[in-house]
Amino acid sequence: MNHKDMIIGSRVTGGTAEKFETGDWRSVTPVVDMDSCIDCMTCWIYCPDDCILIDKGKMAGIKLSHCKGCGICAKMCPKDAITMKED
Amino acid sequence: MSSKPIKELINSDVRLTSGHRLCAGCIESVIARQVLMSTDKPVAVANATGCFEVSTTIFPYTAWNVPWIHTAFGNGAATGAGVEAAYQALKRKGKITEEMRFVAFGGDGATYDIGFQALSGMIERGHQLMYVCLNNEAYMNTGIQRSGATGFGASTTTSPAGTVVPGKTEYPKDLTMIIAAHDLPYAAQVSPHNWRDLIGKCEKGFECGGPAFINALSPCPRGWRFNSEDGILMAKLAVETCVWPLYEYENGKFTLTAESKRIADGVIEKKPVTEWFKAQGRYKHMLTETNAPLVAKVQAEIDRKWERLVALSKL
Amino acid sequence: MGDLAINGDSAIALAWKQIDPDVCAAYPITPQTIIVERFSDYVNDGDVSTEFVCVESEHSALTVCTASGSAGARTFTATSSQGLAYMWEMLPITSAMRVPLVMAVANRTVSGPINIQNDHGDVMSARDTGWLSIFAENVQEAYDCAIMAPRMAEHPDVQLPILVNLDGFILTHAIERMTPLEDAVVKEFVGEFKPFMPLLDYKNPVSHGLMDGPEFYIEHKYQLVQAMENAVPVIEQVFEDYGKLTGRKYNMVEQYMCDDAEYVAVVLGSAYGTMKAAVDELRAKGIKAGVCMPRVFRPWPAKALAKILDGKKAVAVMDKHLSVGAYGPLYPEVTACLEACKKAPKAYDFVFGLGGKDTRVSELEVVYEKIASGKAKIVNYLGVEE
Repeated sequence: MNHKDMIIGSRVTGGTAEKFETGDWRSVTPVVDMDSCIDCMTCWIYCPDDCILIDKGKMAGIKLSHCKGCGICAKMCPKDAITMKED
Repeated sequence: MSSKPIKELINSDVRLTSGHRLCAGCIESVIARQVLMSTDKPVAVANATGCFEVSTTIFPYTAWNVPWIHTAFGNGAATGAGVEAAYQALKRKGKITEEMRFVAFGGDGATYDIGFQALSGMIERGHQLMYVCLNNEAYMNTGIQRSGATGFGASTTTSPAGTVVPGKTEYPKDLTMIIAAHDLPYAAQVSPHNWRDLIGKCEKGFECGGPAFINALSPCPRGWRFNSEDGILMAKLAVETCVWPLYEYENGKFTLTAESKRIADGVIEKKPVTEWFKAQGRYKHMLTETNAPLVAKVQAEIDRKWERLVALSKL
Repeated sequence: MGDLAINGDSAIALAWKQIDPDVCAAYPITPQTIIVERFSDYVNDGDVSTEFVCVESEHSALTVCTASGSAGARTFTATSSQGLAYMWEMLPITSAMRVPLVMAVANRTVSGPINIQNDHGDVMSARDTGWLSIFAENVQEAYDCAIMAPRMAEHPDVQLPILVNLDGFILTHAIERMTPLEDAVVKEFVGEFKPFMPLLDYKNPVSHGLMDGPEFYIEHKYQLVQAMENAVPVIEQVFEDYGKLTGRKYNMVEQYMCDDAEYVAVVLGSAYGTMKAAVDELRAKGIKAGVCMPRVFRPWPAKALAKILDGKKAVAVMDKHLSVGAYGPLYPEVTACLEACKKAPKAYDFVFGLGGKDTRVSELEVVYEKIASGKAKIVNYLGVEE
């Protein structure tokens, strides 16, 4: 990309970071036991990377393309339904 | 308390997306997500220079799905004020018809130290702007240097735990109290572990009709030396030890909230500061026998300030 | 509206009243203060609909303005001296963010020692920050520049902030006769502000002021270079249009008796008038003197200036500032543009008027005599007691 393709003024249109995948930072991966999950959404409110997938109001897994593997979801899950596995 | 249950909050617009480059386990984005869920109105964001600003907007990527602006380090409040001033002007001229809300984020360096004057001025002038301090208690973006928010005894790269000087030898300024002294419509301390309390306070801040200040404790795994999964629990511990009391200042009245209210009411027990020190590598040296008198001194200071806050809440 | 007896600051405030900007944020500093005082009168008497923000510092003044401009509001401010210095951090940020705001600068020296009088120390320190910069010789020109400035800054091919310079006290506080325009004429000339990707268009969210790595930083800077190049024809067009409207036609470089001159001085601001008087005296004595003033300091009118100076015997560059340890800042700019001359004149630097030091017509005559006789040094300091 050079100056001809760049909007003037160091401006960009919103939400483009979605294209920058931070999933490869991860050394441990959250694995969800869906049977134990009660859809309390605790993981979702505490995920720093907005990586908790939701489908029709239910927890539907982890967005691994961006999950950095911090482990907050596993730590905060009241049902221990998420475990961090070494990659 | 948040006006919405979590089952409703999950339908909120994604205003801060994935793909930002904050460290794994950084709590700043957890706080920001909760703040941005606190209003359904269109919102524009100003951001002082710092970890949060840099990590969310590295050209050509931005993690912001709402209008966002950064200009410099010491002027987060003035940047937000400028956007709000433009809004007021264009609204008066009929060029904007919708109601909007404005929020500024700054780290503790940008808020307690270099941006303090701009923050004080913004509040005095009465801009309709909610300023949120993402307080991780040091200059983390430049590599963990001590700030006006760093706790007594903390080892940072400019207040290292040395053989003679045991880390930082000053207490943090009580910024929330200083801001409350501006007699603004709304100010509060929050912790991201209690999202109901945080969102409820930000709802009030957004709707107070003038300037609001939110001081949010943002545990930093790298700077505080704890594991990346422990940030939320660390914030909770700060509240339980009364290192970081949860309270609000509204219409001239101080009110304790959430766990802090329960501690004051004797429902739950206040934990000793040693619990706080034990949990973080930055305070490791404080737990040696030689530093025991310092720990007692810090405990006495926490107790003094806590008792004063409880007394204020009864006025 | 008939002619007015008015000082430079009040003339700027009058122009602003007629333009009625969306936002103005400013902080008081001598000798700019009259601008914000008069403008406050207009605000509080309901003569304008501007959101006027009385900030707590100049740093916040330029921050509020930069953010307000990014948000989509036409935004003006004014400062001077220490105020501009305190704004300095924000100056290159405003231009990099491509905010076309207008700032009047009541030119005053920069401490220390502390001194409130005129020189160009403030604006010269803003030289490299990516702002358009224009100078006025008298009160009428200060008013005219204030009205022309938004059109230069806001043009879609430019989108850069602009400094409107008027000499502190000499113009800001001196009452002169001035011909104002009718309000409606000003409004029509300046036109509506059409912001580019404004922040407040929340349905199309844009992030403003991102961090650049090395690969993008220089590309963004190069965009500024292009905007400055684009500004030349835009400014010329604004001069043309304003000339048709008022009969007062301005130029990238103003010149007086330069055509047949052998010795020419280059000067900025109000001293242009004093030097014209010196030229008249010298012409009466048979010395072929001339003087020119770059109306526009950024973009630097190198070509136009080289054309004027080509073939002259000697040039005196009049600097109201000093880069201690080198030259006055104008000198290297002028000598660099002489490269384009077929027959470049010998150039000398004259540092003068620092901290408000008076420079009399007779002293300026001596400047010409010195460059004509070859007795001048490369850098000369007027007003220093030997």
